[in-house]
Amino acid sequence: MEDQGQVKKMMIILSKATLENVYACFVLANGARMEGIQAEIFFTFFGLEAIHQKKLEHLHIATVGNPAMHMPTMLGGLPGVEALATAMMKKEMEKLDMPPVREFLEILSASGVKMWACKLAMDMFHYKEEDLIPELDGVLTVGDFYKQGSGVGTHMLFI
Amino acid sequence: MIMLKELVGNTIDVNEEGFMTDFTQWNTQIGEALAAENDISMTPKHWEVITYIQTEYKNNVPLSIRKIGKSGVVDIKEFYTLFPNAPLKTATKIAGIPKPVSCI
Repeated sequence: MEDQGQVKKMMIILSKATLENVYACFVLANGARMEGIQAEIFFTFFGLEAIHQKKLEHLHIATVGNPAMHMPTMLGGLPGVEALATAMMKKEMEKLDMPPVREFLEILSASGVKMWACKLAMDMFHYKEEDLIPELDGVLTVGDFYKQGSGVGTHMLFI
Repeated sequence: MIMLKELVGNTIDVNEEGFMTDFTQWNTQIGEALAAENDISMTPKHWEVITYIQTEYKNNVPLSIRKIGKSGVVDIKEFYTLFPNAPLKTATKIAGIPKPVSCI
């Protein structure tokens, strides 16, 4: 076999904008580039918030419906709890040298990660291209995205 | 596992991924030869980055792409241009230091 099962390209679909999911997506994309693997991200549904100029700096982690928080659901829903948990997580991440969302997007773009917005989701949320980050490579349909992922050694990941 | 490797008239210790395990064995000819093995011909800019990386290593500063971008020596885009294909891995290999363990 010519490709020997090597991972050549990661196509990551980000459909959520909770901070833990956004970071998982960014770390995977950046990690791929660091290993010499191509990476592209397709932002769809709530994932679009991670590239929305006015929203990307205000993403939160989920304190409700997240059993791994080990926090009673009622408590997680109280005003300010989500913000507090988010602030704590951001502090921990800074210690690990994890960049904030906007800086991370700049790093991804400079590293050659292609970033696409989902056309359908943009229409649904009434977002225009100018609402999104300047580093965006374009707006695609699902079909376009699959075309981008063609070739031996491509893997797709849905977050 | 450490193996011996012959390179430009020197014997160096390397691990199974080809990273040198003893920095004291490193010199610029070895760096040049390791670069050539990775299809990179060294320019003054390459050397500037390698020197920066070695200094950080000697000061026990963990390396990451973000740090490189803030180094003032090179930006991230240029770093990927200088060392295409896994830049941090390739650059540390040429610099004769261990592979960084950072995920970012």
